[in-house]
Amino acid sequence: MTLYVYLVAGWLLLVGSLGIVRSRDLVHTVVCLSVAQSGTYVLLIAVGYQRGATAPVFGSTTPPSENVVDPVVQAMTLTDIVVSATVTALLLALVIQIAKRHGTLDPDHLSSLKG
Amino acid sequence: MSRPARLVLFLVAAAGVAALLVVAFLDLPPFGSPFHPYRDRAVAAAVAHATANVVGSVTFDQRGLDTLVEETILLGSVAGAAALLRPSKEERENTTVPEGGRVLEATKLTGYLLLPVTLLVGIDVVVHGHLTPGGGFQGGVLLGTAVHLLYLTGHYRALDRVRPLPVFDSGEALGAAAFAALGIAGIIAAGAFLGNILPFGTFGELLSAGTVPVFNIAVGVEVASGVIVLLAKFLEQALRVQREAVS
Amino acid sequence: MVPSADPAATHLAPLAFTVPIIVACLLLALGRRLPRWAVDGLATTTAAAVAGIDVLLLMAARDGRVVTWAGGWTPVDGTTVGIALVADPLGVGAALIAAILMLCALVFSWRYFDSAEAHLHALMLLFLAGMTGFVLTGDLFNMFVFFELMGAVAYALTGFKIEDPTSVHGALSFGVVNSLGAYLTLCGIGILYARTGELGLAQLAVALRGNPPEALLVTAFVLVLTGWLVKAAMVPFHFWTADAEAVAPTPVCLLFSGIMVALGVYGTFRVYHVVFAPVLPAPGVQCLFLVFGAVTAVVGAVMCFAQRHLKRLLAYSTIAHVGLFLLAFGTLDAAGTEGGALYVAGHAGIKSALFLMSGVILNRYGSVDEIDLHGRGRHAVLLPWLMPLAGLALAGLPPFGLGMGKAVAEEAVATAGGWWAVAVFVLVSAATGGAVIRAALRIYRGTGRAPEASPPGTEETSGTDEEAEVSGLLQRVPLTMLVPIVVLLLGALALGVVPGVSEAFHAAASRFTDGAGYVARTLGAPAPLPAPTAPSGWTLSGVALSLLSSAMALAFALAALHHDRLPATLRAAARPVAPVLRGVRALHSGHVGDYVAWLFVGVAVLGAFLAAGAL
Repeated sequence: MTLYVYLVAGWLLLVGSLGIVRSRDLVHTVVCLSVAQSGTYVLLIAVGYQRGATAPVFGSTTPPSENVVDPVVQAMTLTDIVVSATVTALLLALVIQIAKRHGTLDPDHLSSLKG
Repeated sequence: MSRPARLVLFLVAAAGVAALLVVAFLDLPPFGSPFHPYRDRAVAAAVAHATANVVGSVTFDQRGLDTLVEETILLGSVAGAAALLRPSKEERENTTVPEGGRVLEATKLTGYLLLPVTLLVGIDVVVHGHLTPGGGFQGGVLLGTAVHLLYLTGHYRALDRVRPLPVFDSGEALGAAAFAALGIAGIIAAGAFLGNILPFGTFGELLSAGTVPVFNIAVGVEVASGVIVLLAKFLEQALRVQREAVS
Repeated sequence: MVPSADPAATHLAPLAFTVPIIVACLLLALGRRLPRWAVDGLATTTAAAVAGIDVLLLMAARDGRVVTWAGGWTPVDGTTVGIALVADPLGVGAALIAAILMLCALVFSWRYFDSAEAHLHALMLLFLAGMTGFVLTGDLFNMFVFFELMGAVAYALTGFKIEDPTSVHGALSFGVVNSLGAYLTLCGIGILYARTGELGLAQLAVALRGNPPEALLVTAFVLVLTGWLVKAAMVPFHFWTADAEAVAPTPVCLLFSGIMVALGVYGTFRVYHVVFAPVLPAPGVQCLFLVFGAVTAVVGAVMCFAQRHLKRLLAYSTIAHVGLFLLAFGTLDAAGTEGGALYVAGHAGIKSALFLMSGVILNRYGSVDEIDLHGRGRHAVLLPWLMPLAGLALAGLPPFGLGMGKAVAEEAVATAGGWWAVAVFVLVSAATGGAVIRAALRIYRGTGRAPEASPPGTEETSGTDEEAEVSGLLQRVPLTMLVPIVVLLLGALALGVVPGVSEAFHAAASRFTDGAGYVARTLGAPAPLPAPTAPSGWTLSGVALSLLSSAMALAFALAALHHDRLPATLRAAARPVAPVLRGVRALHSGHVGDYVAWLFVGVAVLGAFLAAGAL
């Protein structure tokens, strides 16, 4: 049972990649890349989880203690999300230009680079 | 490769990768275990620097270098997307945009009501980033998307008026520059790159956590402006940029 | 004894990437208001300033390593929450090469017509910041973040010529494959973090000390390496390389080929020597890089020789040379690393000069297709001499630095791998050099048969549709394009003739392979010096082999140009090669789905290979 959440992370990574391999539309390709990346979010957050621990934010009612989930993986995930969002934007900008230059978004019909 | 060949090749390889992942997962500490050595140190370090939000402390104080680079990725991607979405030789940008279609009055009302609320929440999330969940990035995204409520109410022109793009273009760059400059200020004032240069204050109060709130504001400005510029470039592609009639 | 670092020197490392970031911000904020000369001047000065900082840092790190703790989180009793920047001579040397190449690229692009309101310059400076940070940081997650900065900016730079259909296509393949590689790296980092609770390279090494070589470590090693090796263009992760390098603007190609791919190799071996060397048995890892290096070298060389598109030809030759880098660094000892580092430095000079020459050809004749350009450059003055010379230098001609690196590396791989590895070195250098010489002779001397009417649509990319990068074709080569070419060639020459270069590279390589010393110095413990070994420079056998590969390069070029005059028996012997070549070419399909499938094949094979060796 403890393996389950890690398997979800691995599954997302692989199924996102499968989507890229089977893709017939480049917008779909880019979204699948984000799906694959969401596997890394799940992995990181799962790694930082601790049973019975609270959020790593203290206040007047929650005095500092070490019984909190790992804040480091949360900061890493935040960085990861920024990377994902910005790279997705860049790739979608490229997809717009591909649609204009090639008149198609089907990777099977893009044949400008061969050999 | 043909589609079936590609699929078979991938599935065989992915089975191998899956096996690699599973054997690694079997060796990991069980899910939910209390083994988090970095967490123990990070909590102590955050408390020592009077930062109530430990994630904020890790993001801006303990591992601030990661965040500097992360904000630079944002800067570079927005600049890159802007460069990729510039009008090409045979295109031009229309100065006028088509009037939006009819929008339900209820949608308009919701948009107008939500706009000030979202802006306020965004500012709150940025300013209290070192005390409560949130921070410059989260608040910046809220602020950046808030003004696009105007677009959802059907008024691209209204949106166009409230967000002069050159201002936000510069705002984004200056936010990122402020972050990097704070890093250098750390060298001068604290003897360490990205070092803390302000008094830590009292744990849990608005003025606490040293430089962390300043970093939050710099990032908030950068992210809000970046989101606005990025969405503007995509909206322009859809609404303004047109292929010039071939003469 | 802990060497007491000069406190001023510890501030150099962060400045090396913060300065270009701040200037890039200024360019983005003011770009539309600044005149073009100011944008060029500001960007070029910044690259020069970064090179200056790198030189100062290199001098400070000469006798060891300069460690900087960002945020002032210096470790107490060996533990900390901060990120270390660890500048050792080899890492700083790589940063210096990146800064010098950036300087050349920016000078070359003074005549570049379209900078999109200074966005080109800002992106170039951010790219420099990413490369510099990647080699200076001593933290695995921070490496990933700098890697993503390098990547994101590189995708935008690749697709910068938005009017060119191949440009945006190549950029997308590059972006998807590289991002996926980076996410696999992040998974590896996550697994290591779960196991050890550490992210710093030195801290990871301490936490893993004494660990048996278990399955988790094999998986983590393979996953972390995947991102770096995608960047390094190792077969079968290499498919994006030719697509991206053939279509990016010339100054960008120079950086991709001259240093970016080498940084992938750097990351691979930095992580191995510091974190994994004590826990994964060396013979398995050595064998892995010998095999993958050799395959990469051969595939790259064959594809290189088969190209007619000049920039694709150079891109595949880079893949071939990456294979040789992997062979050299894969010996895992100081001698092989010294040879590999020298080879990388020499290659950076020669290959960058060649890419700039291809840019000059494109902007002068409006094409980069070798066949189409047959004899078009007959009246040119300097390049007809420089280009074949660079081709010979690429094959290892003494006394160029690349040849010295090749000689040192050959000696090291002969010990680690055997004679066959030396044979790979000689043949692959000869094939890539020969392809360049063939193109140079065809374009500038009109050697070989003139082309018939343009061939019908075949399964290859010709270079006739490439868009020029200046407004109107050049009538003569401007000085701003010529000077960088000459400077790069002279730099590569200086590496091979200035006394003391080999000793300096050997000292740097000894530090690089000394993972225990890295860990101790980073965490503030006394570090034993690595046992001194003798540096090797030019040797008699090295010179002989380099002369042999240069002569073979010339022979390959002439044989390709006059293949109709070759003896019939030789031509008959070459006939069975054709279908194999067609098969290999067909694999390079330009289809992003294919590339992702191959990426997973690579990860699975690496894992199986390493598991067989380690467990």
